[in-house]
Amino acid sequence: MGGNKADVLQGTLDLMVLKTLESLGPLHGYGIARRIEQVSGETIQLNQGTIYPALLRLEQKGWIKSEWGMSETNRRARFYSLSRTGRKQMERATENWERVASTMARFLAQASSETN
Amino acid sequence: MEWIRVLLNSFVSLFRGKELDARLDEELGAHVDLAVAENVRHGMTEGDARTAALRAFGGVTQTRERYRVQRGLPWITTAAQDVRFGMRMMAKNPGFTAIAVLTLALGIGGNTAIFSIVNGVLLNPLPFPHAEQLVELNESKPDFPRGSIPYPNFLDWQRENHSFSSIAITRGYVFSLTGRGDAEQVQSEFISTDFFSVLGLHPLIGRTFTAAEEQSGAAPVALISEGLWKRKFDGANNVLGQAITLDGHNYTIVGVIPSGFHLSFANFTERDVYVPIRQWINPYLMRRSAGLAIHGIARLKPGVTLQQASADMDEVTRNLAVAYPDANQGTGASIIPLKEEMVGDVRPFLLVLMGAVGFVLLIACVNVASLLLARSAARGREFAVCAALGASRARVIRQLLTESLLLGILAGDISLVPAVWGTHAALRWLPAVLPRAEEVGLDFRVLAFTMTISLLTSTLFGLAPALRTSQANPQMALKEGGRGSNGPRQRTLGTFVVVEMAIALVLLTGAGLMIRSLVELWNVDPGFNPHNVLTFGMSLPTSMADASPDKIRATFRALDESLASTPGIKAVSPVWGALPMAGDDQRLFWLDGQPKPASDHDMDWAIDYIEQPDYLRVMQIPLKRGRFFSRQDYEHSPLVAVVDDVFANKYFSGQDVIGKRIRMSDSGSVVEIVGLVPHVNQWGLDTDDTQSLRAELYLPCMQMPENFLNVMRTGSGMVVRYEGSLEAVSAALLRTSRQISLEQVIAGYQTMDSVLSDSLASRRFAMILLGTFAALAVMLASIGIYGVMAYLVAQRTQEMGIRMALGAKRSDVLLLIFRHCARLTLLGVAIGVMSAIGLTRLMTSLLFHVSPGDPGILAGVAVLLTLVAMAACILPARRAASIEPMQALRTE
Repeated sequence: MGGNKADVLQGTLDLMVLKTLESLGPLHGYGIARRIEQVSGETIQLNQGTIYPALLRLEQKGWIKSEWGMSETNRRARFYSLSRTGRKQMERATENWERVASTMARFLAQASSETN
Repeated sequence: MEWIRVLLNSFVSLFRGKELDARLDEELGAHVDLAVAENVRHGMTEGDARTAALRAFGGVTQTRERYRVQRGLPWITTAAQDVRFGMRMMAKNPGFTAIAVLTLALGIGGNTAIFSIVNGVLLNPLPFPHAEQLVELNESKPDFPRGSIPYPNFLDWQRENHSFSSIAITRGYVFSLTGRGDAEQVQSEFISTDFFSVLGLHPLIGRTFTAAEEQSGAAPVALISEGLWKRKFDGANNVLGQAITLDGHNYTIVGVIPSGFHLSFANFTERDVYVPIRQWINPYLMRRSAGLAIHGIARLKPGVTLQQASADMDEVTRNLAVAYPDANQGTGASIIPLKEEMVGDVRPFLLVLMGAVGFVLLIACVNVASLLLARSAARGREFAVCAALGASRARVIRQLLTESLLLGILAGDISLVPAVWGTHAALRWLPAVLPRAEEVGLDFRVLAFTMTISLLTSTLFGLAPALRTSQANPQMALKEGGRGSNGPRQRTLGTFVVVEMAIALVLLTGAGLMIRSLVELWNVDPGFNPHNVLTFGMSLPTSMADASPDKIRATFRALDESLASTPGIKAVSPVWGALPMAGDDQRLFWLDGQPKPASDHDMDWAIDYIEQPDYLRVMQIPLKRGRFFSRQDYEHSPLVAVVDDVFANKYFSGQDVIGKRIRMSDSGSVVEIVGLVPHVNQWGLDTDDTQSLRAELYLPCMQMPENFLNVMRTGSGMVVRYEGSLEAVSAALLRTSRQISLEQVIAGYQTMDSVLSDSLASRRFAMILLGTFAALAVMLASIGIYGVMAYLVAQRTQEMGIRMALGAKRSDVLLLIFRHCARLTLLGVAIGVMSAIGLTRLMTSLLFHVSPGDPGILAGVAVLLTLVAMAACILPARRAASIEPMQALRTE
């Protein structure tokens, strides 16, 4: 596994999870996975299972918390919520991501105008 | 900061595996249930909904695995798995494990024990501040490279040298201590002022001597040992200023010397009493030509080298030779590092032992390597299966390395048992041989050394088979049922056997040479019969201190008679001069009729034995010609002497020595030679032949000059021939001495047998250990050969089956195995013989009357080893011969 590529992808998934929890509040793994699929307009083919290692990673870092709760169908499930450091981290990562994205967009636009 | 939290979480998770697994399972269950519920809401059937949910989830198992990896510390988890598996493997093959671990443990333990001793004796500095600056000083003379330093010369050396920050001399003595309970003999030392400051040793309480106390006529003072202080003064602080009565004189105690500084050089060891050397009532003390067994130590100034100090002292002694040519012509100063003096004698045999035990470790390693290799062959299929299931090569190597490391750690732990035991045993058996024995112990560095060896050994020898095994193409290995491609492995195993045989042969040869040397030494005729001869020291009552020469002679005559009439005693003689192998003494003379030599060093020298008439009966030395002394050779009769063969040949070669005359250097009086006896080995069983001073001269006690008698009035050595038990005789002697006077003390019993035996102790030590190592090596090598042959037989079971099915007889199969074994053994023996011829040359200094490459010993050892190797092959060979062809072929 090439380290850099994985990091970018991991970071992306992590940010998606954090953003989801920020906008929807406490949510279980299935809900988070579904939300990411829906928001990304099914462009991301997510194996829903990969959400769990990501959740664990975020929890180990202290960015999210988890506790047992009842789902809408009365099924016992683990609910995740954003912690204070997680919120800060999300803001920082969002900023960062937007800066990279806009830089990349500018760069690509300029590069394509020159080739034309 | 974040990574610390992650690490902590991961670490905690290691111990909550089950709980967290359950949590994940429930979470995943909830996930699927929720998905199914949603799908059903969207109109799917229950079955379709579940299938779709699982498809969207991806692999449940993969998720679980990835989750676990994320959760814990994967390398710890796998390492723990490896260790658990390795332990299971060890437990499953208890025979293999036991042999491998014990083999390594013995090798490593032996190494640690010897290394502990070498470390304590040879490598560690002496326990004094800046011990590297300490040297032993002696006066070198034509006959004595390390002779006694005359006191006046010492004073000049002390004043004129520029190389030493301090120098001191010392001379042993035995005082009679009276006035505090029973009278006793105390081992004492005459020292010059700076003795303890040279060493950097401070008294426990009080002070050491001042320069004024070393002047003649100074008030007598003494230092006592911590031991004597506790024993005789109850360790009381007011001991300073109290008097101690030595040889009837009162000495004021000025300090207490701590015990346990473990210094030994020349004749010095720790003593109970130290007195300024000027207090010694010896008429020769101020003579520049006297040899009074005075030896020196000195501390080099910082930055001064031995060479510079030697050059400096050369100049000092040259000047003295010019100033006092009579006494100092041809003398110089010898300077030896103190540590060299203390341990130099044992260095060769300790190094030989270290080499030997290194070989034992090598055999142990080879043994374990061959065991590992043989086993890895048997496990070829197992690893092929692992590889086929997706284990990477690195993963398999790691598993194998873990197993080897486990072996190494286990062996390292167990090896502490032989290490501790071996060190203690070596020290208990032979404390007398090993200088600094009290400083030897298992220390941290030795422990680290052991662990490093054990881990290196096991890793190194675990890695080779691991690499080899993991190279195997899994498909091939599986197809061949773990039997194929054994050619290179068999060759490697064969090499191992050859190496083991060669090393074992070298060690056996070394042990054989030592045994042969000792046998030769025991067969040396010392010139006297040491059995049932006892020597001891005898102090006379302190009232003798001011006795006249006549009184002294009368006392010794009476003492002789009462000792001779003691039950169990057959013959008695005082020993005032030398005693074979126990104490030496020399006397100067010139041949009558020749001019008196100008200086003492131009005189003739002989070892002098000053005895009473019964001496020859005590020592059972036969008389060759003439007569020995009688009661009629007393102070007023003509002076007589008896000489030995060497004396007669050296000074009166080809003439009849009886009736010849010599003149004694001290009195100038003429002495007539009346008898001839055979030579006695004064210098020990081994080195007597090579000494320069060998001529022996016997003189009667009663004819000694008066100034000599003065030295004897406090006591003398005695030698007796006894019969019956030693205990009974000692008790009887004690009763006799009590009857004469309560102040008379007998001490220092030593049988001549033990004197002789002590003189061989270092060789015996080397022989016992070399013998042990050789036995260990042979044992390990035969285990190795057995293991390898057993493995080869197991590998060739089918081949044997086919051979037998095709008509080979059992005896043919037996022969086949034996031939294989013999080929390896003989190759090993051949290489071993060649190595032994080269290597045993390194132990030449330990040998006596046997040459390093002794063909008899080599041949004997080679035959012995071949027989042992063949015996080790018997079991595997019989197993091969008992193969049932049908069964062997059916398992194909």
